Amino acid sequence: MNTTAEQITNTVEGDSKRDRLVRIIGTMLDKVEQASTQTRDSMFNELLELKRVIEESRQEISIARPGDIKRKDIPTATDELDAVVTATAEATAEIMDACDAIQTAAGDVTGEVADKINAEVMKIFEACSFQDITGQRITKVITTLRSIEERVERLISLLGDRAGNITGDDDTRVGDERLLNGPQLPEQAVSQDDIDKLLAELDGQ
Amino acid sequence: MAVDKNINVLIVDDYTTMLRIIKNLLKQLGFNNVDEATDGTAALEKIKGKNYGLVISDWNMEPMTGLELLKQVRGSEAAYKNVPFIMVTAESKTENVVAAKQAGVNNYIVKPFNAETLKTKIAAVLGEF
Repeated sequence: MNTTAEQITNTVEGDSKRDRLVRIIGTMLDKVEQASTQTRDSMFNELLELKRVIEESRQEISIARPGDIKRKDIPTATDELDAVVTATAEATAEIMDACDAIQTAAGDVTGEVADKINAEVMKIFEACSFQDITGQRITKVITTLRSIEERVERLISLLGDRAGNITGDDDTRVGDERLLNGPQLPEQAVSQDDIDKLLAELDGQ
Repeated sequence: MAVDKNINVLIVDDYTTMLRIIKNLLKQLGFNNVDEATDGTAALEKIKGKNYGLVISDWNMEPMTGLELLKQVRGSEAAYKNVPFIMVTAESKTENVVAAKQAGVNNYIVKPFNAETLKTKIAAVLGEF
């Protein structure tokens, strides 16, 4: 009997919540020792089943490698995304440097050719705004990843015993801060025309 | 009323790429007196120190957002209180536009935009080109 108690204790120790669990089980085992043989056997079977569930949960959590997700996977992903932002910013700056040079050179020519060059260079400048938009989108993804990282950390600290029950609105921002959601995905985006209509409606109020 | 292209214009954005794009577009439109700021706090300091005829600002910046900048400007008792203010942002939800309008924005441009849109919105605020 004591051997089983020690076995359960050794299996689940290593965490404060687990320590508490072990203490509870230990107390139960002490009481079982004083109970009738039939009751004792029945309770032991229940405890062994409990032990099996705990072990399965531990295994499932370890398969998900929460430690790796926190220490390696998410930091790597955010670093990669940071690198994308940096690289596109540098490339965009170079493109715009080239545009400036072209516009300067276009100053040496006149008429239709100069107009054509300037018009096309303007299109390049306009297209360079992708860097701002993609940068904001990537920053949004990085923020989400960091949020996941924090949750994984909590999961690790709780060893999964309550993680499945956490629900609700994670957005703790209030006031104007809640309005900052970054660029919308194309299929959800509100067009400039829609905004103009809305502004007109608001002006009419 | 025709637009006065000699006014001082302040553009505010935390992305240098966007500052450069807007500055270039403004230059093509004939505005050459263009200053830059990378967030609301820096912009407000510039607004306090110089007479601007137009502010074109992004929304999502730190530490002070474009919306907060707009509120500070409109909430002031100073001469710059009524400076024309255009928001240029990727924040395009209805509640964003409503919030900006309630704060006193003159016009609202959603990113990405082109030179023609910028020209149209400036004309709507300052007068025809």
